[in-house]
Amino acid sequence: MLSRRVAKEPIVDPSPHVSDEIRKTTCYMCACRCGIDVHLVRDGEGALKVSHIEGNRDHPVNQGVLCAKGSSGLMQHRSPARLRAPLKRVGPRGSGEFEEITWEEALDMATTWLGRVRADDPKKLAFFTGRDQSQSFTSWWAQAFGTPNYAAHGGFCSVNMATAGIYTMGGAFWEFGAPDWENTKLFMIFGVAEDHDSNPIKLGLSRLKARGVKVIGVNPVRTGYNAIADEWVGITPGTDGLFVLALIHELLRRGAVDVEYLVNFTNAGWLVIDAPGTAEHGLFARVDGEPEGAALVIDRRTGKPASADDPDVRADLQGEVRLADGRRARPVFALVAERYLDDSYAPEAVEARCGVSAKTIRRIAEELHSAAFDEPVVLDRPWTDWRGRRHDKMVGRPVSVHAMRGISAHSNGFQTARAIHLMQILLGSVETPGGFRFKPPYPKPAQAHPRPHAKCSPGEPLSGPHLGFPLGPEHLCINDDGSPRRIDKAFSWDAPLSAHGLMHMVIANAAAGDPYKIDTLFLYMANMAWNSSMNTSAVMEMLTRNDGDDYVIPHIIYSDAYSSEMVAFADLILPDTTYLERHDCISLLDRPICEPDMAADAIRWPVVEPDRDVRGFQSVLLDLGARLALPGFQDGNKPRYTDYADYMVRHLRRPGVGPLAGWRGDGEGAGRGEPNPDQLERYKENGGFFTSEVPEEAAYFKPWNAAYQDWAVTMGFYDAPQPYVFQLYLEPLAKFQRAAEGHGPVTPPASKAERILETFDPLPIWYAPFGDSAGEAFPLHAITQRPAAMYHSWGSQNAWLRQIHGENPLYVPDHVADEAGLADGDWAFVISPTGRIRVPIKRTGASNPNTLWTWNAIGKRKGAWALRDGAPETTRGFLLNHLIHELLPERGDGQRWSNSDPITGQAAWFDLRVRIEKAEPPPTGRSEPDGGHQASPVGEGPLNIAVDKGSL
Amino acid sequence: MTTLPPEPQKKLGLVIDLDTCVGCHACAVACKEWNTQGYGAPLSDQDPYGDDPSGTWLNRIHSYEVKPEAGPAQLIHFPRSCLHCDDAPCVTVCPTGASYKRAEDGIVLVNEDACMGCGLCAWACPYGAREMDGSAGVMKKCTLCVDRIDNENLPPEDREPACVRTCPTRARHFGDLNDPESDVSKLVAARGGVDLMPEQGTRPVNKYLPPRAREAAPFSASCDAGSATQEAPVPTGRLAWLDRALARLD
Amino acid sequence: MHPAFSLIIFSSVSGVGFGLMAMLGIAAALEAAPSSSLLALLGGMAALGLAAVGLLASVFHLRRPERAWRAFSEWRSSWLSREGWLAVATMAVFFVFALTWAITGRAPQVLGIASAALAVATVFCTAMIYAQLRTVPRWHTPLTPLAFVLIALATGALALASVLAWFAEGRGAASVALVFLVLAAAAKVAWFAHARGATLERAGASIEAATGLVGRGAAKLFEAPHTGSNYLMHEMVYVVGRRRASALRKVAAVLGVLVPLVLLLATVAGLLPVKLLGVALLIQLLGIFAERWLFFAEAQHAVSAYYGHR
Repeated sequence: MLSRRVAKEPIVDPSPHVSDEIRKTTCYMCACRCGIDVHLVRDGEGALKVSHIEGNRDHPVNQGVLCAKGSSGLMQHRSPARLRAPLKRVGPRGSGEFEEITWEEALDMATTWLGRVRADDPKKLAFFTGRDQSQSFTSWWAQAFGTPNYAAHGGFCSVNMATAGIYTMGGAFWEFGAPDWENTKLFMIFGVAEDHDSNPIKLGLSRLKARGVKVIGVNPVRTGYNAIADEWVGITPGTDGLFVLALIHELLRRGAVDVEYLVNFTNAGWLVIDAPGTAEHGLFARVDGEPEGAALVIDRRTGKPASADDPDVRADLQGEVRLADGRRARPVFALVAERYLDDSYAPEAVEARCGVSAKTIRRIAEELHSAAFDEPVVLDRPWTDWRGRRHDKMVGRPVSVHAMRGISAHSNGFQTARAIHLMQILLGSVETPGGFRFKPPYPKPAQAHPRPHAKCSPGEPLSGPHLGFPLGPEHLCINDDGSPRRIDKAFSWDAPLSAHGLMHMVIANAAAGDPYKIDTLFLYMANMAWNSSMNTSAVMEMLTRNDGDDYVIPHIIYSDAYSSEMVAFADLILPDTTYLERHDCISLLDRPICEPDMAADAIRWPVVEPDRDVRGFQSVLLDLGARLALPGFQDGNKPRYTDYADYMVRHLRRPGVGPLAGWRGDGEGAGRGEPNPDQLERYKENGGFFTSEVPEEAAYFKPWNAAYQDWAVTMGFYDAPQPYVFQLYLEPLAKFQRAAEGHGPVTPPASKAERILETFDPLPIWYAPFGDSAGEAFPLHAITQRPAAMYHSWGSQNAWLRQIHGENPLYVPDHVADEAGLADGDWAFVISPTGRIRVPIKRTGASNPNTLWTWNAIGKRKGAWALRDGAPETTRGFLLNHLIHELLPERGDGQRWSNSDPITGQAAWFDLRVRIEKAEPPPTGRSEPDGGHQASPVGEGPLNIAVDKGSL
Repeated sequence: MTTLPPEPQKKLGLVIDLDTCVGCHACAVACKEWNTQGYGAPLSDQDPYGDDPSGTWLNRIHSYEVKPEAGPAQLIHFPRSCLHCDDAPCVTVCPTGASYKRAEDGIVLVNEDACMGCGLCAWACPYGAREMDGSAGVMKKCTLCVDRIDNENLPPEDREPACVRTCPTRARHFGDLNDPESDVSKLVAARGGVDLMPEQGTRPVNKYLPPRAREAAPFSASCDAGSATQEAPVPTGRLAWLDRALARLD
Repeated sequence: MHPAFSLIIFSSVSGVGFGLMAMLGIAAALEAAPSSSLLALLGGMAALGLAAVGLLASVFHLRRPERAWRAFSEWRSSWLSREGWLAVATMAVFFVFALTWAITGRAPQVLGIASAALAVATVFCTAMIYAQLRTVPRWHTPLTPLAFVLIALATGALALASVLAWFAEGRGAASVALVFLVLAAAAKVAWFAHARGATLERAGASIEAATGLVGRGAAKLFEAPHTGSNYLMHEMVYVVGRRRASALRKVAAVLGVLVPLVLLLATVAGLLPVKLLGVALLIQLLGIFAERWLFFAEAQHAVSAYYGHR
C-alpha cells in the first residue's frame, strides 16, 4: 500500500541548480549595510543576471540574516523607476518633462554652471547629499571646490544623538555603538527605528530573548521591537528626557551610582567655578588658571585642589573648595546630585507629563539598580589604563541602552540624549562588560574631531573640513557681524553645535535669500521635494518660485538612481546606478560597519554592469572634479582617478590612511599602509568586507584602555593615543552661556541670548519641546514610525514591498477616536498650526493615548516612481510633512526660529502637535493635500510580473 | 495520492516564536524571492505598479492587537503559512491528485502539472495556506523549501527553508517534529508550543510558541497616585551612601 | 466565500437537470410515466441539457480547464472527483434510459431506478463538496446535502410537471412538486437555523484560536499582511455583498418558494392551466440563484479569522 503510494508521488528534484555564480557585496536597501550573497544565473546569451539575494553568513553586521528590504533587492534592481540616461529639463520645474541628453552634454552643462560659481563665489553652490554612504568623499570634493555649503542629511536625521554622544562620551548610539548583547542583563531601548543597525538589533534581541534578559521598550507606539519588549513604556513624545532624569533622581536617591567608575573615568570630580556674573562662571577650574590646563579636583587626601591628571590624586565627588584666587568651586558630581535630587525630578512630579506612572518609574529605577549592582559582570581579563594602572579584572554593570530617532527628532533631543548618557554613565555601564559598547573608530572625543570651517574665496578650496565640533563660540562659522557663513546657518547662533549641518533649511533659506542667494543647488540621493523636507508643499513651491527672470534657485542638479519626486524639480539629472551596479566603500573614514569587537569596512562593487546609460555618482563627481580642475582631482591635466574604484584604492587621506583599511601595502597592512592595487580583489575574495579584531585586552574600557588606544593608533583611527574622560558636565555649553551673557569676543544677538542661556545647560535638562508652543488647540502629538519593510520612499517602486505597505492609515488611539466619533476606514482632518491634511484613519489601542501616528514616507506624488496615477500611494497614502514647518510660529519679537533643536539644529519632526476632526470622505477619494502630478521620464511599470530564472 | 499516507516517520515543519517575531516581513519576502524561481510556477504579481497590486505569497505576516483586561493593547506579529498538517484536508479534497502529502517527511506539496486550478484545497484549508497563482492558475503553497532542504548544490548550513535562514530575530525554527529529541520538539515542549485551530481537526505539524507575559505601564498617572509602595532605601543624609562609597575607594 | 457566477449556475442548473432525471426515473419506476417517445425525448434532452450546462459552467470555475479530466482520478477520497464520476455515470445511464424509452415508447423501470438513484447521488456529492468543509461552518452540516437534494428534487419535479403539462398530464406531477417544494423549503429553513449558530467561534476558528493567542483578551486585526488585496481575501474573506443579504433572502423566499407554491397550489386546485408551470419553474430558478448566491456570500470561512472577522 505504502509502496504503491510512494511510487505514485511525483518525483521532486531535491537538488535543482541554484545559481551559476555568487558575488558578495554590500546591501543598500537601507542604511544597515549588511553583507549579501548575490546569486547570478546566466541567461541564454551567457550574460550573468541577478537571480536572488541572501544574507552573507560571514558578515559582521548581519551574520547571514537579511530583512524584507534586503531580500527584495532584486525588485529594486529591476525597478521600472530606474533612470536610464542623463536628463535635461524641458518643461517647467515640477512637471517632470525632460529630454535625454548624452553624458558629455550633461557634464558640460554641470561644469559650466559649477565653474562659473567657483570662479565667482563658491558659496553660491550648495551641495548636499542624502542617504549616501560616501560622505568622506563628497565632503572632500566640496572642500576642494571651496563652498562652505556642504553637508549630508544628518541634520534632519541623527545629529542630536551624534553630538550629544560625542561631546559626552566620545561615541553615540545609532549604529556607532551596541549593547553588550552577550553580557547585558537589562536592556532599555528608546525610540529606535528599524532602518539603522536593524539586523544587528534584531539578532541582539533574539539573543536577549534566548537568555531571558528583560527588554524595556520606551516608545509612544508599540510596534516592532516594542511589541516584543517585555515591558512597554508608551511615553508621551518629547518627554523621554524628563522620564530619564526622574530615573536618575531615583538612582541617586538609592545610591545606585558607580562611584569608582565616576572617579576614574569621568569628569564627576572636576571642579566647576561658581562665580555668577563672571566670564568663568560654570567653567572648569584648571591648573594655574590656564585655559588649556588640566582640570582641578579635590584631592581626597588633602581636601585641596589638585590636578585631575595626577595619577596619585583621587578626586572627591562632593563638597566645595576655595580656589587659589578665592573663588568657590564644586565638583561636577555635587552639582549633579544637587540638581537631580531636587523634587522637581521626583517621579510624582513628572508622571503626568510623561504619561508614565510614578510607580512604574520607581520600579524601573529599582530594576536598573538591581541589574547594575546586584550581579555585576566580572570578566577575568586584566587590562591597563592610560595612567598605567593595571586592573586584574574587567567589572561591568550589565545595563544597556540604545536610542535613536524618537529621542533625536525633538527640539530637546540633544539634552535628552545627554540625559540618557548621564544615566548610563552614573550606572557605570558605558564601555564596561554588559553595558553599551562603542564600535571602532569610536570612542573618539569631540576634541579629537575637527572644528568646522566655512571661509571661502573664489577659485580656492575651503580652509578645512566643513563639519566639526565647536568647543566654544570662537569656533562658530559666522561673519564679523554675527551673520551665518553657511546657507543652512549651521554653526551660527541658530544652531551652534550643528555638527551635521541643517540640510532641511537649505531650500527654505536659499529661496528666501537668507542669509544669501545661491546659484546652484546640487543634491544627491535626497528626496527634498517630497518626504525628506519638513513641509513638502512649501518646499515644492520654493523650488518652483520664480522672481520674474528666473527661478530663485537658478540651477538645480540632482543625482538619483530612480524617478523620485525630486527628479521632477531639477534642471539636470545625473542618473546613478543601482546598488548592484556600483562601487562604494563603507569606510572607516566615514560610517563603517564595525562591531564592538572588530574594526570592519566593506565595499560595493558592480556584480552586474548597468544596462542603461547611467554612471555611479561618485565616479561622476570625480570626473566633474577633474573638469573643474579641483585640487587633488588632477595630475597635470589628467584626471587623477579613473573612477571611484580607483579612488577607493589609491586615495590617501593621511599618509598610509585611505578609504579602505584592509589589505593595504603588500596586502598584509590593516588600517595603515600604502595603496595596494590588488585591494579590491582581496575584498571580493573575502566576501566584500574586511575585519580586524579588537585585541581581547582592548575590548572594554576603550577610552581609557592603553591596549585599545595603541591598537587604534596602529589602525590609523588617530595618530597618537587619545584617552579622555566622559563629560557629565559639558564645559563648551557653559562657554556658550557665558557668551550669551555678553562675555568674550563672540556673543550672540540679543534675540538668541535668552534661548541659549536656557537651553545650553552644561548638565542635562529637560524643557518642553518647542512644538508645545502650539498651545491647547493642538492637544495631540503626531509622529511617524519606520516600517521594517520599507526604507523612506524607496520601497514604493518595489513590486513586492509596495504590496505590504501600499498605503498608510493614520493610527488613532481608541479614546481619541471615540471622542472624535471615528471608526476604522473613516476620514479625518488632522490640523496643525501649519496646515491641514485629510486622511483615512484606523483605530489602535497600542499607542500612547495622545499620540497619532502613521508609517513614514508611504504617500507618493502622482507620476513618480513609475507608479500609475491611481496607485494607493498617491490616493490614500499621505505624508505628515504637510503639517510640519521648517520654522516655528512667529514669536513676540516677530522672529521665526527654525523648528530645530536650538543646540544642534536637528529637525524637530516629532515635536508636531495636532488636533483631529472627523471629515467627510474627500469627493476625489484622494487624501489631501494633493501633491500634484509629474510626467514620468521612465514611463510606467509592467502590468504583470512573474519572476523566474527564465525571465531574469 | 489524494488519500493521506500512513503517519510519516518524519514530520518536517516549522516552529514559530511569537515572543520574538517583530513582524519585519523578512521571512515573507525571502520566501517570495526564493520560491518565485524555485519549485513550480513563479509567484506572479498582478498590477505590480498600479492601483491594486497583488501577488502570490506563501507566507504572510499579520499583526494583532490583543486587549487584556487592564492596560493597553499588546501587539503580536503573526506569520502565517502552511502547517503541513497530519490530517491535511487540502489533500483529501483534491480531485486530481495534485495535492499530496509526502510519505517520507510529511511535507504537503502540489504537483502543479496535475492541478486544474479548482481552488477546493484552498477552501478546505483553515489557515489560508494556499494561494492560486494569478498567472499560472495553479495552486501555490509553502513547500518547506523542498528544493533547499536536501539540495546538494547548497552548502549544508543553507539546507533549510529560506524563511528560517533569513529570520533576523531567529523566530523561526525548522526540524523534525516527530523526533522528540530534535531541537524543535524540545523547543515546543519547553515553551508550550500550540496548534492553531485544533478543533478543525487538521493536526498541524507546525507549532507556534506563544508570547511570554508582558508588562505595560498603565498610562493614567492618577491610577497609581499614592500607591508607591516600595520606598527606596534612602540613607540618612541625602548622600550618605556616597560617603561610604568614596571611603571604599581609598 | 466569493459567490462565483460559474458555481451558482453550476449547482442550481445542474440540480434541476439531475432532479428532472431523478423524477423521470422515479416516474418510470412507479410506472407512472406516460408511454410517450416524445416525452422521453423532450424530458431526456431537457434533463441532459440542464445537467450539461451546469457542468460546463463548473468548468469555467477552473483556472486550468484543460486539465479537468484529471478530476476523475481521486474518487476514493475526493467528493469533487466522485461528483464527476457520478455525473458522467448518471448521464450515461439516463441517456440509455431515455433512449430506450424514446425508442420503445416505454420507460424502462430498472434503468429508471438506476437513473434516479445516480442522479440523487450526484447532487449529494455536489453538496458534499461544500458540506465536508469544516472551514465553512455554515456548510458543514448534513442539512447541506439534504437541502441540495430536496431542492434538486423540487425543481426537478416542477420541471417534470412543466414538461408533462404539454402531454395533458401534469397535475399529479404538480402535486409531487408541491410536496418536494415544501420539503425543500423545510430543509432550507432548518439549514438557516443551523447557519445562524454556525459561527467561526463555534467551529474553533475565533481570531484567538486561529492565532493561538487564547486567554489573553480579545484580539483584533491591527494590520493585514498587505495593504492590497489577495486571492484569499477575494475568494474566502468575501464580505462585499453581505449587506444585501436580507433583501436577497426575501427574494429567495418569495421567488424560490412562495410564488411557485402559490402557482402549484392554484394549478393543483385547477385554478391555473398546467401549461403555466413552466413560468413557475423559471421564477423558482431565479429564487434558487438567489439562494445559491447567499449560500456562498454569507458563508464565513475560517481564514476570515486571520483577517479580523468574527
